[in-house]
Amino acid sequence: MENKIIEKQNMAPFVDNLINAEAEVIGPKRKDGKYAFDKLIETGELCLDYDTTLLPPKMYLFPPKETLIKFELGKEPKVEPVAEAKPLILFGVHPYDIKAIELLDVAFSTTNPDINYLSKREKAVIIGVDCLNPNPNAFCPSLGTATAETGFDLMLTDIGDSYVVAIGSSKGEQLLTKYAETREASQAELAQRNSERQKALARYKVTLNISPEELPQLLGKSWDSPWWKEKSEKCLSCGSCIVVCPTCFCFDVQDDIALNLKEGERYRQWDGCMLADFAAVAGEGNFRGDKESRFRHRMYRKGKYIWERYEKLGCVGCGRCASACLAEIASPAETFNKLKEESK
Amino acid sequence: MISQAVPPTSIYLPYLAELLRVESIAEREKLFEFKLSHGKELGHKPGQFVEISLFGIGEMPISISSSPTRKGSFELAVRAVGNVTNALHRLSKGATVGIRGPFGNGFPVDNLKGKDIVIVAGGIGLFPLRSLINYILDKRSEFGRLIILSGSRTPQERMFVNELEKWHKREDVELLETVDEGDEEWTGHVGVVTTLSSEVHIDPEKIFAVVVGPPVMYKFVVAECHKKGIPDERIIMSLERRMKCGIGKCGHCQINGVYVCQEGPVFTYAEVKKLREAI
Repeated sequence: MENKIIEKQNMAPFVDNLINAEAEVIGPKRKDGKYAFDKLIETGELCLDYDTTLLPPKMYLFPPKETLIKFELGKEPKVEPVAEAKPLILFGVHPYDIKAIELLDVAFSTTNPDINYLSKREKAVIIGVDCLNPNPNAFCPSLGTATAETGFDLMLTDIGDSYVVAIGSSKGEQLLTKYAETREASQAELAQRNSERQKALARYKVTLNISPEELPQLLGKSWDSPWWKEKSEKCLSCGSCIVVCPTCFCFDVQDDIALNLKEGERYRQWDGCMLADFAAVAGEGNFRGDKESRFRHRMYRKGKYIWERYEKLGCVGCGRCASACLAEIASPAETFNKLKEESK
Repeated sequence: MISQAVPPTSIYLPYLAELLRVESIAEREKLFEFKLSHGKELGHKPGQFVEISLFGIGEMPISISSSPTRKGSFELAVRAVGNVTNALHRLSKGATVGIRGPFGNGFPVDNLKGKDIVIVAGGIGLFPLRSLINYILDKRSEFGRLIILSGSRTPQERMFVNELEKWHKREDVELLETVDEGDEEWTGHVGVVTTLSSEVHIDPEKIFAVVVGPPVMYKFVVAECHKKGIPDERIIMSLERRMKCGIGKCGHCQINGVYVCQEGPVFTYAEVKKLREAI
């Protein structure tokens, strides 16, 4: 992979050029003492040394609410598909979120390709940045998601006075050539990048005591563990964990009709297995009507089901769920470590 | 980076279908006959389902009740329980709905060929099974014995009464019916569907059981099948879930790692017993 250097004083002009010339640029900004991805109006808003964002950048490819079809009622109803997509630059995406997007790419393109996701994805450029100040609940190194070798167009690493830029695609290279002042990276600077990445690994506070490859098997024999009931008793069924998750892709589908009772739309919105009625059927049935089974299902998706279907883990270790959970039960690392301990 | 190019069309776009006929089946159940507006066949297999749209109300997964051997239209039998199904019940001939599908795997009709088949229907479990029964009847020589065990809660809740009578009269169909609770007029068998079992004599070496009914029914029927010596691989069931997308994305129908809309809704008991939370 080719690497360049952008001096720090040249980063602002690069971002400004992108904002002015190319497309909508989305990046991490400060928000009430935390960080959130949002449209950048000016370079100064961009924070590339953030720990993690409240919501993952997934929301720009798989929005919280999205129209699927529009219709017009009448004797002969008119129905048309909707798949809105515009050119987008996701700037400053951490490696774990890139890994999560790689999972979404597979999930939405396998078997029945989803035009709504794929058309947005095709128009999105991903400019990553290495995470050097991890969030205290993150455990990316244990899952191999602390750095990314694929899934980006450009990848930045802060090495002090400058950024090393790894070029991941020709699209990324073109943007760099057109809008940034760069120079060749020296061997010393590449060594510096490795050293920064190594130092960052030491800053993670949570470690998984099991390798990700072993998770499906561990979960396979942990169905009847008392842990599920014990830990899930405090669950508020609020769905915070699934809302902040970069790999959750389940959704609900609903219709909406205008006040004229003529035009309407069908939309999907984020939904997830930790919400009480997710597995409900017509009448009174609910196949996961208790907290225990919902809690277990989510953990199995993260560590087993998604892996078995898509050969990618359903968790990237970002720690957002653990930070968002008021009941302090959502961390997959805690559950996986506990089950590992039980299995000994 | 993305493994597949953007598809030319949306998997969420329904085809339009015209409602040709509505027939009342029971107090809360009606049969709807549809024809796709583009003129083509639905092209389904017995045991598959469609997503039916009432624009402005919503979309629901409904099993297909008609056999693909009966061309030109297809039928959905629907109990009114929620928003979409109640709105569907208010429609009359000539109305237009949306249809996506057919989805799911369907009954393994090729495996059933040449075999005896015992069909066990509980309540509106007969809705998807009617597709298979009529399929077998239309290709009668390709199958062995056809035994139908049908259980309803009360005589008023018997589904497809006219068809039951017709099947009853056929010499190549062995139909046994029961109701959980009888009334003054009911002279037939009373008891849950498994109580019919003692009246059925089968050759366990060449029989398939196809079972559809409320979740509570399955474990009792499976126990009866085991008593009769039917192995798990030849006990077939169709599972109910609320498939919101029908295409393996939305997650609502998931049982463990299985998407019922993709790998199901039809499973063998050998598969089901490996799944937790399935029935």
